[in-house]
Amino acid sequence: MSYDVNGKTIDHDEEGYLTDLALWNEDLAAIIAEKEGVNMTPEHWEVVNFLREYYQEYQIAPAIRVLTKALTKRMGADKGSNKYLYELFPYGPAKQACKIAGLPKPTGCV
Amino acid sequence: MAANYTIPALTEDPDLRETPELTPGAMGHLKPFVAAPAHQEALGFPGTLVDGWEEKAVARLGELLGKYRSLQVYLDACVKCGACTDKCHYFLGTGDPKNMPVARQDLLRSVYRRHFTPMGKMFPRLVGAKELDRAMLDDWYSYYHQCSQCRRCSVFCPYGIDTAEISMAARDIMDHIGLGQKYCNEIIGKVHKIGNNLGLPEPALADTLEGLEEDVKDDTGHDVRFPLDVEGADVLLVTPSADFFAEPHVDGLIGYAKVFHQAGVSWTLSSHASEAANFAMFIGSYEQMHIIANRIRQAAIDLKVKRIVFGECGHAWRVAYSFLNTLAGPWDFLDPKYPVPQHILEFTRDLIRNGGIRLDREANTGMTLTFHDSCNVARASRMGDFEGGQFVIPREVIKASVPKFVDMHPDTIHDKTFCCGGGGGLLTDDLIELRVKGAQPRVSALKQVVEREGVTHMAAICAICKSQFTKVLPSYGLDMEMVVSVHQLVSKAIRLGGND
Repeated sequence: MSYDVNGKTIDHDEEGYLTDLALWNEDLAAIIAEKEGVNMTPEHWEVVNFLREYYQEYQIAPAIRVLTKALTKRMGADKGSNKYLYELFPYGPAKQACKIAGLPKPTGCV
Repeated sequence: MAANYTIPALTEDPDLRETPELTPGAMGHLKPFVAAPAHQEALGFPGTLVDGWEEKAVARLGELLGKYRSLQVYLDACVKCGACTDKCHYFLGTGDPKNMPVARQDLLRSVYRRHFTPMGKMFPRLVGAKELDRAMLDDWYSYYHQCSQCRRCSVFCPYGIDTAEISMAARDIMDHIGLGQKYCNEIIGKVHKIGNNLGLPEPALADTLEGLEEDVKDDTGHDVRFPLDVEGADVLLVTPSADFFAEPHVDGLIGYAKVFHQAGVSWTLSSHASEAANFAMFIGSYEQMHIIANRIRQAAIDLKVKRIVFGECGHAWRVAYSFLNTLAGPWDFLDPKYPVPQHILEFTRDLIRNGGIRLDREANTGMTLTFHDSCNVARASRMGDFEGGQFVIPREVIKASVPKFVDMHPDTIHDKTFCCGGGGGLLTDDLIELRVKGAQPRVSALKQVVEREGVTHMAAICAICKSQFTKVLPSYGLDMEMVVSVHQLVSKAIRLGGND
């Protein structure tokens, strides 16, 4: 189970999440996104970049509310909503965006 | 991602529900991801399927029969009357006959008969006794992970046979031979390592709570606190970690905080017990349940609280209400004036009744609510000090918060409630087909009140139910945002400040 990026193979788990988070790069993100059927726009990258910044600091993806608040600040109130996040990442912002950002899958009752 | 399965048609009128056409093997392909060795070993289970698993599984079944008298009664008592056959939401949504509760039970019962009854040992074919071979093990893995342990079938069984307990036993046996389910076992490992199902470390939790204080201040102008690890607080609030993370869960958490604030009761969350859920129940592991429950005891002692209140979480409330004393008691160090544990809904309802908080229904103008009884609250516990409190109390709180409330079809509420389709350790993406199909009975009843009564929202009091509905309602053409937390309604309706 692996992605092929620029001639390199990068392993992922059964669900497509990276097994080694350090191997993430933007080319890989684009490949994961393509597999997910997500067409990456600047707004998608904004989300992915924020997820990665937050993860660096806290070792977990941000809560949806933390994410929407950050996006409101960066992109305006019309883009800082859960609904907008679902438009960007139809399978759910937490799980699909985390996968593309190379983060582990949020687990539990979410 | 387009669904590669058929979404079942909704039942127009639950009064006229018909038994679905049987489709043998319809769901035989569905198996959740198997736990990796690291997930297994963290819980003391073998990493992979062990040599001689056939004998070891039978030996483990023998141990469980000696430990839980109920299990043997359930395996012996079935008379094949058929009362349960059309009561399981997974059967109704999939038509797979192995999802009939009796057939699900028979997967374990047939092995039990072969090894633990004289007739089964001598004349196996006469009494439906079977060996545990690889095909049987595959069926166990598949169909014991298509039971959400909701116990609806047991309400209709004349003998009270509890399929949930049988499925818990089967999962326990599989864990002990090295065939665990990834979703549950990875999560239990996170609770041990980090403190909650989500894997939310203390600094992230603190940051999230701080953010919520800012949000509420911006929204209301009031300094509502979300205290963490405050020693000497009166109340320890134990709530599912999804309340910190997901929507609409977090709106419920904001509601709890406003209630405590307005009532003037000091409270705290704990970073040590930052999770109400106890997934060990889903895998039938008493040992793991005990370890997880003891975090709450430790937090209560360390923080020197007087009482424990649980947030909106279905199976956590079952574990808390029904087993907490056995698992982590005695609780003699808490204030005996209060129930141990207490549900946040009891707490809020008391305040509504005695005027400790005031709610303004107009704040939720335009909303017509219905209520989804969560299975573990409805059928495996109670709330308050009177029979049926678990049905009455949530509805009372909702009715005090919104202009209009309508119940769904009587065959789908109270102790006959249908599971959301994602309970019992099945709320995982690898089982999404089952989750969508299993939601059919509940969504049918919901759609009926949406169309006939103008219901706009459905409230739930379980983190799993909330996440499950948010995920599956769009498959049936309903808006994910129609699912709300009960305390989200309270949060909108509560009058802050100036409450004397």
